[in-house]
Amino acid sequence: MRRRVAPYFLLGPGAAWLLLFFVVPLYYLGELSLNSGVFGSYEFSWHWANYSDALRLYDSQFVRSFLYAGLATLFALLLAYPLAYTIAFKAGRWRNLLLFAVVAPFFTTYLIRTLAWETILSDQSPVVSVLDALGLAPEGHVLATAGAVIAGLTYNFLPFMVLPIYASLERLDVRLIEAGKDLYASATQTFFRVTLPLSAPGVVAGTLLTFIPASGDYVNAQFLGSANNQMIGNVIQSLYLKQSDYPAAAALSFVLMALILILVLVYIRFAGSEALMGEEAAG
Amino acid sequence: MSGRGGNAWRWLREHAVSIVGVLVVLYMLIPIAVIFAFSFNDPAGRYNFTWVGFTFSHWSNAFGIPELNEALVTSLKLAVLATVISTVIGTLMALALVRYEFFGRRAANFLIVIPMATPEVVMGSALLSFFLLIGTFSLGFETLLIAHVMFCISFVVVVVRSRLIGFDRYLEEAAQDLGAGAFETFRLVTLPLIMPGIFGAAMLAFALSIDDFVISNFNSGTTVTFPLYIFGAAQRGIPVEVNVIAMILFFFTVTAMGFATWQQRRAEKMTEVRPEQEGTIAVPAGAPAAT
Repeated sequence: MRRRVAPYFLLGPGAAWLLLFFVVPLYYLGELSLNSGVFGSYEFSWHWANYSDALRLYDSQFVRSFLYAGLATLFALLLAYPLAYTIAFKAGRWRNLLLFAVVAPFFTTYLIRTLAWETILSDQSPVVSVLDALGLAPEGHVLATAGAVIAGLTYNFLPFMVLPIYASLERLDVRLIEAGKDLYASATQTFFRVTLPLSAPGVVAGTLLTFIPASGDYVNAQFLGSANNQMIGNVIQSLYLKQSDYPAAAALSFVLMALILILVLVYIRFAGSEALMGEEAAG
Repeated sequence: MSGRGGNAWRWLREHAVSIVGVLVVLYMLIPIAVIFAFSFNDPAGRYNFTWVGFTFSHWSNAFGIPELNEALVTSLKLAVLATVISTVIGTLMALALVRYEFFGRRAANFLIVIPMATPEVVMGSALLSFFLLIGTFSLGFETLLIAHVMFCISFVVVVVRSRLIGFDRYLEEAAQDLGAGAFETFRLVTLPLIMPGIFGAAMLAFALSIDDFVISNFNSGTTVTFPLYIFGAAQRGIPVEVNVIAMILFFFTVTAMGFATWQQRRAEKMTEVRPEQEGTIAVPAGAPAAT
């Protein structure tokens, strides 16, 4: 009897908190998104037009959000994989130091890191002169372009990509790689047919942990982009906090969540569900 | 001559991955170096974007801006409270999920994962909608605390759970064989062994809370935290002291992390005391989760 009740006691406070302050608020978000009227006298009225209006007015910001987040995820993957591989297999006694370097950016405030990129990418910076010389900075500036926003997103969410990939590579049985080599596979073949598939759970978890926050982000677009680089997060933030157009903002927020949920479910179905649980899969 | 060139080429080819890896690490550290360097800058105007000259004055004046201090104190208070609450209830949840098989376990797992898979802007706006429509909470410290605990819980559960999964249940059985009650066993055996996991989870919660901008942006009312102060100051020029305080927080967290690693090693040594551990631990370690 005691054993039957015990887990619910342990679970109770946390589950209650998450239900009350995560699940219930989503209901209120939905309710607010169907309100109509003007600020001060919003009323619930099944006003579905909020959704069609939101999608019609802000379709370009939606597309841009997913495009920027997708590209940032891709770049983060290309940067993170070699790093995770180095830490897992090549670092030796430097392993802990490198792992520390990966999480070090988290120890400085997100906004300050982004502002540091504003400094690095400002027109007077040596980085921009080098990029300009290489022909990568049209008209001599990087700040306030799509490139700067994508670079910022890539940088800010890179640790979320590195850590899961590292975790799955570290668990990998190196004998399987050796077996590949013993069977006369080239290094490239071994990588693509043994190492990469075995690290897939890490790659799936990493891409989700990068893509989801990146698609809702508005800090990078705010500091590193221009008015032409606004993402859907910027619109939601501004409608809620500056224009107090709550119904439209709530509708956008709801659509964003629904779209991400659909993308994630399709992706997980396609890539395997164990990955999202990370450690659980190993235990 | 060609032999030497060939060797260099071979070396490059063999170490290509590591070279890329090291370059990526440097890329990750560049902004931190920039923040550090610019904490010694002596900017001419209000904007700290171009290097003008070296000065220690902002380090000696680190706590000389009252609004910034106030924001920092609010952030620290908020982070400590959110850490304590989320660590306690998150650890209890992790214990339930690893130790028991019960109706609703899958639903509970889902409830824990889903906030981590939701963009912050959605969580922030949903909470704001909730607070606006029910009207019992006035936006401020109280609503910030509710929000911070909410988004920290999941991360605490995940970290503590991973520690519990590798837990040797025989140590608890041994304690009970030796006459310890359920509570004594928990206090004297279980808790010390999972303490590094709990400590790591608490550090993560603290870092998440003190760094949070998006959710706080929606639910702060007129209360100003450290990230919110930076956001507000960004338009009119951020004082160099912000860089100084960011670096102080950085060094503080690094020290705490060093301490956590040391604790972890100590806990590992504690379990190593058992001489017959070698062969037996590997099998039962993961088993409790499954049964």
